[in-house]
Amino acid sequence: MTTTVSAPASAPAKVAQRPGDRWFSGSALFAGSMILVTLAAVAVFLFVQSIPGITATGEEASILKDGDFWDYVAPLAFGTVWAAALALVMAVPLSIAVALFISHYAPRKLSQSLGYVVDLLAAVPSVVFGLWGIGVLAPAVQPAYSWLVDNAGWFPLFAGPASGTGRTIFTAAVVLAVMVLPIMTAICREIFLQTPSLHEEAALALGATRWEMIRMAVLPFARGGIVSAAMLGLGRALGETMAVAMVLSASGGINFRLFTAENPNTIPANIAQTFPEAYGLNVNVLIATGLILFIVTFLVNAIARVIVNRRKDFSGAN
Amino acid sequence: MTLTENPRSTISPALSPATRLTSGRLPQWAPWALLALSFVISATVFILLAATGDASPDLVATAVVGVLLYLVLVTVVSTVVEGRRKATDRLVTGVVASAFALALVPLVSVGYTVISNGVAGLSAEFFSNSMRNVVGEGGGALHAIMGTVLITLAAAVISIPIGLFTAIYLIEYGRGPLAKGITFLVDVMTGIPSIVAGLFIYAVFALIMGPGVRMGIMGALSLAVLMIPVVVRSSEEMLRLVPNELREAAYALGVPKWLTILKVVLPTSIAGITTGIMLAIARVIGETAPLLITAGFTASMNYNLAEGRMMTLPVFVYTQYMNQGLPAQAYVDRAWAAALVLILIVMLLNLVARLIAKIFAPATGR
Repeated sequence: MTTTVSAPASAPAKVAQRPGDRWFSGSALFAGSMILVTLAAVAVFLFVQSIPGITATGEEASILKDGDFWDYVAPLAFGTVWAAALALVMAVPLSIAVALFISHYAPRKLSQSLGYVVDLLAAVPSVVFGLWGIGVLAPAVQPAYSWLVDNAGWFPLFAGPASGTGRTIFTAAVVLAVMVLPIMTAICREIFLQTPSLHEEAALALGATRWEMIRMAVLPFARGGIVSAAMLGLGRALGETMAVAMVLSASGGINFRLFTAENPNTIPANIAQTFPEAYGLNVNVLIATGLILFIVTFLVNAIARVIVNRRKDFSGAN
Repeated sequence: MTLTENPRSTISPALSPATRLTSGRLPQWAPWALLALSFVISATVFILLAATGDASPDLVATAVVGVLLYLVLVTVVSTVVEGRRKATDRLVTGVVASAFALALVPLVSVGYTVISNGVAGLSAEFFSNSMRNVVGEGGGALHAIMGTVLITLAAAVISIPIGLFTAIYLIEYGRGPLAKGITFLVDVMTGIPSIVAGLFIYAVFALIMGPGVRMGIMGALSLAVLMIPVVVRSSEEMLRLVPNELREAAYALGVPKWLTILKVVLPTSIAGITTGIMLAIARVIGETAPLLITAGFTASMNYNLAEGRMMTLPVFVYTQYMNQGLPAQAYVDRAWAAALVLILIVMLLNLVARLIAKIFAPATGR
C-alpha cells in the first residue's frame, strides 16, 4: 500500500512549505472555516429575515391575527418545550435501562448486535414515524386515554374530554421519545462501558450484587454523561418536525391537559404545516419562530457538549 | 420491606448451623421457570376472560400482566429464599430486561406496519409513473424517487469534500483555538433542527432571488448543512485511528506531508470513511422538513436541480397522506408504499455501509 510514495522527487529540502503542501493545507483550512462561516451565516440570515417578522403587526401579516409576534410565538414555544419535556420524562429512564441492559446485563457476545438493533431505530425516517404514529399508535392508545379521563379525570393533567382520535400531545411525546431513544442510549451505553473495570471489580469483590455494583460504581461515574445524553435528546426533541406535524392534531393555545383534542402546537411542526402556503410577511414571521428555535436548540446542545467535553477521555457517541 | 426474613443470611453461624456456602440461592433455572409460570398464568386468565366475553385474548395486555407478575413473583420468592439484597438485584435485572424489550416494540411495530401496508401500493406503475394529471387511483412515485436521488447526490457532492477536508484539517493540521472552535461547532451543528437548516437556505435564496423561490439545489444545500457535521465526525474518528508510525515512516522517506495524507493516511482509513459517508447519506435521505420548505412539492418530473419545484420521497409520503383526495385509500396506499421504498433504501445503505466496514477494514495489530 505504501510503496507508491516515492513518485515526486521534486523536493528541495530547504524549503519547508512545498506548493503541494501549501495547497493542501490551504484547502483543508478553507473547508474547516466553512463550518464556522456556515454557522455564522445561519444565524445572520435567519436574523435578517426575521426582523420584519418580529416587528410585524396583525394587519401586515395575516397569521398573527390580532396580536403581535410574541402573542403568536408564546403558545408555540410552550408546546415545543412541553412536548419535549414529556418525551424526555419517558425517554431518560428507558434509555438508561436499555443502555444498562446492553452494557452490563446482556451476554458479552450479544451486546454489540443488540446495540445495532437499537441503532436501527435511528435509521427510520421521521416521516415514517409520523405515519406510524397516526396509523398505529394513536388508535392503539386512544382507549387508554378514554379510560384514564373517565377514571382519573380529577388529576389536572388527565382532565377531559378525551380526544376521539388519540392524536394528542401525549401521543406526539411518545413518538418523540421513541425517536430520541437511540442517541441517548448510544451515549449512555458508551459511557457505562467506560467505567473503570477496577471500580466494578472492587465493588463485586466486596460482595456487592450486580445492581449494587452499578449503583456504587457505574452510575456515579456516568452521571455527567447521562445529563449530556438527556440534553442532546432534548435538543433533538425540540427540533423534531415531521413526526409531530403529522401525529399532533393541534388547535393552538396553552394548556397542560394530555389527552384532549385541544393541543398546543410546536414551533417546527407549525412551520412545516404553514410554510408551504405562506406568503408575504407571514414567511418572515415563520422564519422568526425558526430563529427562536435555533437559538434554544443551539444553547441546549452547546451546554450538553460542554458537559461532555469536560470529561476528557469521553469520545462522544455521535 | 421486611428486613431479614431469612435467618441464613445473618452473619453468626451459631443461629443457623446448616449454613453452607451455597445456601440460600435460587437455582439458575428459577427465574426462567418463574417467567414461564407468570406468562402461563397471565395467558390463562386472559383466555378465560376472553372466553366469557366474546373478544379475542388481548396480546398486549397478556404480555404486560405477565411481565408485572414475573417481577412481583421473582422479588417475593427471592426475598424469601435469598434475602432482600439479592431480591432487589433480581428485580432490577427484570426491569432492565423488560425495558429493552419495550424499546424493541416500536421498532418491530414500525417494521411490520410499513411492510404490511406498503406492499399493497407497490406495483410496476408505482415505479414508472409520476403523479402528473393523476387524481385518485393510479400514478406513481417515479418523480419523487428521481428527485430524492438527484438532491441526495448533489448534497453528497457538496458535503463530502468539505467534510473530509475539515476532518483532515482537524486531525493533521489543526492546532490552537481555531481547531478547538471548529470541533465544538461541528458537535453543536449535529444538533441543528433540520427545519432550521431548511429555513436558513430559504432565507439566503429569498434574499437573492426574491420570496417564494423553490429549487432542488436549495434542498441539496440544506441537506448538505445537515450532512457535513456527520461526515466530519465520522471521518475524524477514522483518521485518528491511523497509526502515527505510518505517517512517521512516510516522513522518514522524505515524502511531503500532503502526499503522506493522500497516499498513506487516506488509503488506510478509506473503508471507515466510506462507511461514515454512507451512514450520513442514509441519515439525510429520510429528511423531510427542509425539503418541504426548500424544494417544495410537485406532481411532475423535474430533472433540473436549478429550476422549479422538485418532489422527493419523504415529502411525497407527507403530501400523499396529509392532503388526501378521493378515494382516500389510493392516497394512503401510495404514502405507505413510498414509506416502504424509503425505509428499504435507508436500510440498504446502512447494511452496505456496515458490510464495507467489515470487509475492507484494515488489519490492525490487535
